[in-house]
Amino acid sequence: MTETRTREVPPTAKAAGGTRGAKRDAQGTRRLAALLLSPTLLVLALVIGYPVLAGFRESLFTRGETLDADGFVVEGERFTGLDNYTAIFSGDRADAFWNAFGNTSFFTVTTVVLETVIGVAMALIMHQAFRGRALVRASILVPWAIPTAISGLLWKWIFQADGAANAVLRQQILWTADGFPAKMAVVIAEVWKTSPFIGLLVLAGLQMIPRDVYEAARVDGASAFQQFRHITLPLVKPALLVAVLFRMLDALRMFDLPAVLIGVNQKSVETLTMIAWFEASNLRYGSAAAYATILFLYIALIAYLFVKLLGADIIGEARQVKRRARKVTA
Amino acid sequence: MRRIPLIGGTVLSAALVLSLAACGGDEKGGTEGGTSAGALRGRGPITFVTGKDRSGYLQKQIDNWNTEHPKEQVRIIELPDEPNDQRQQMIQNATTRSDAYSVLNLDVVWTAEFAANRWLAELPKDQIDLSKMLPATITTGQYRNRLFAVPSTSDAGMLYYRKDLLDKAGISTPPKTYAEMWDACDKVAKLPEGKGLDCWFTEVNKTESLTISAVEAIESHGGSIVGPDGRPALNTPQAKAGLEFLAKAKAERMPKEAVTLDTEGGRRHFQSGKLLFQRQWPYQYALANSGDGSSKVAGRFAVAPLPGPTGPGVANLGGHNLAISAFAKNKATSLDFIRYLTGEQSQRANLLATSQAPTVAALYDDPEMVKRFPYLPVLKAAIGNARPRPVAVKYGDVTAAIQGSVYDAVTGKTPVDRALSDLQAKLTPLTAQ
Repeated sequence: MTETRTREVPPTAKAAGGTRGAKRDAQGTRRLAALLLSPTLLVLALVIGYPVLAGFRESLFTRGETLDADGFVVEGERFTGLDNYTAIFSGDRADAFWNAFGNTSFFTVTTVVLETVIGVAMALIMHQAFRGRALVRASILVPWAIPTAISGLLWKWIFQADGAANAVLRQQILWTADGFPAKMAVVIAEVWKTSPFIGLLVLAGLQMIPRDVYEAARVDGASAFQQFRHITLPLVKPALLVAVLFRMLDALRMFDLPAVLIGVNQKSVETLTMIAWFEASNLRYGSAAAYATILFLYIALIAYLFVKLLGADIIGEARQVKRRARKVTA
Repeated sequence: MRRIPLIGGTVLSAALVLSLAACGGDEKGGTEGGTSAGALRGRGPITFVTGKDRSGYLQKQIDNWNTEHPKEQVRIIELPDEPNDQRQQMIQNATTRSDAYSVLNLDVVWTAEFAANRWLAELPKDQIDLSKMLPATITTGQYRNRLFAVPSTSDAGMLYYRKDLLDKAGISTPPKTYAEMWDACDKVAKLPEGKGLDCWFTEVNKTESLTISAVEAIESHGGSIVGPDGRPALNTPQAKAGLEFLAKAKAERMPKEAVTLDTEGGRRHFQSGKLLFQRQWPYQYALANSGDGSSKVAGRFAVAPLPGPTGPGVANLGGHNLAISAFAKNKATSLDFIRYLTGEQSQRANLLATSQAPTVAALYDDPEMVKRFPYLPVLKAAIGNARPRPVAVKYGDVTAAIQGSVYDAVTGKTPVDRALSDLQAKLTPLTAQ
């Protein structure tokens, strides 16, 4: 959009033949641009802006907390300001919150690190030319194609006391009971499920790297590791960072896998979304919205830091376009 | 016929429905439904909202009704299998005040929450014959002494035991007390068949089942989690004895993997022949007796009432009740339909087809039924002696709190005393009225 507008300005300005006219026309163009953009903005406001604001508004209200003399719930919502937020950080609920916050962060860090390592390895294998490559590619992608709830069930059977995991390990680990093994079970199942996602995106990045770069490196006598370290990694970095960012945002919202695999209300695997869900299913929509808002801010913060520190260039193309556009006008 | 298309409880359809209901004028509007009995009016098509019907028999019962009532047809709306999902959908329907749902099939523990939120129409006690039903089941349909739901099926835990092994050990009657039960375990353990056999199992995984196990343990010791005055009563010696019993039994008498076994896991354990005594629901009877090779204990077990510390224990009450949504049209038809489904004839047919425990007392003594389902007399005794789970408007919070504290106590993470005082503190605000 920016490009078209800035390119259009000079010819129209010339045609008007005067600074005042040019200004008026520039204004008109801008107005036209705003008009043309408005449907998009309206849709965005409706599907993104409104839910976020409505969720925030909900978090400032409470309802249905008291009973009247006949035992009926007193109807109507009551404005309670930030009470829903302060309640989260006080007493028992604070313990539950920090526990869930810790779990959410723990799952995010462990699963994303493991997925990145395994995903990159998968991509390197998928990228090689060998017989049966199509078969390997397809089979690596199978876990990603299975719905999370279903893979949760599959892993639940594997992690049963008399299941496959214990049979292979020759141990009696109670994976699905509330406790540390439950955390491990979730991490294992999540890594199994989503490593292919990173693998797939990294593979796309690998395929963009021209072959001749490697040829040149080989001529210069670079070892396989040096090639990976100095050619593959830097060139695949943009794709990898985007993949990791997506996975992080996804992992921070984790709900279905622990809920199906271990169950809700289990201290060891309870994530922030699960608390919000629990609050909502017990009719405390205000409190649920408060949890959701806090999670939203946490995710936004992580995404911001990630983009700032590691320079993940999600909107890179847009920036390039802008830069090019500026050159044109200059 | 005024029929409104069902758009799954969206705000839009709710608004539409409300405005149409206002035009129709044969309904006083939703809010009153929950508070005044005797206002059940309107005849016409209705819906019956229930969890998944695995037997496939429900449709036949509905077809029978529909041929007799061509102008008051009933349509089944099947909800997901998970009780919590069913509750969720019913609540969604109620909060949008949609009339899509007429008759609701409610779990016994939801009555208080649904009634208190004015989501149910109060039922006229004088127009429903409750005299034939087991008294324990009727209490589950009431909230503050008002009737909101009619019991349609019941359920209570029984003690399943390996009769063949007890016979071999020279024990002729099933244990009536815990001490007798442990004694029997020790005797059977000395038999060659007793090798690797687990003594006892009741569910202790962190789900609703744990709440049931805790309630049964505490009430069998004469205590209660929420007392008759509606306040938590965990600071009593009886409650302590109950929870201590459960924790000790878990540590000494239950399978190692007990905390990971759910209801079906328990059934598999019993059916694989690795369990001597088990607290389980009646549904297991037919499955464990099936001769298709899935059960190694077919014909080798029997049932008895749950044991207690000094005499028979107290079982917990399960089952389902039928209620009318406060926002439904055609409430008079709904009431007739509830009468039909909970009547002796329907319940008899349902028992034969699905083996779900009835609420009509006479069926438990019917010789033909007892011949088909030999456990009925034991189950009747269990239900007669059974108590409901804590009655609370915020039942979801109450049961989550119970599960949290009891789980910590049973797994030895916190001492019993502290678990009880924690739970007392958590339940006090939740049950405040």
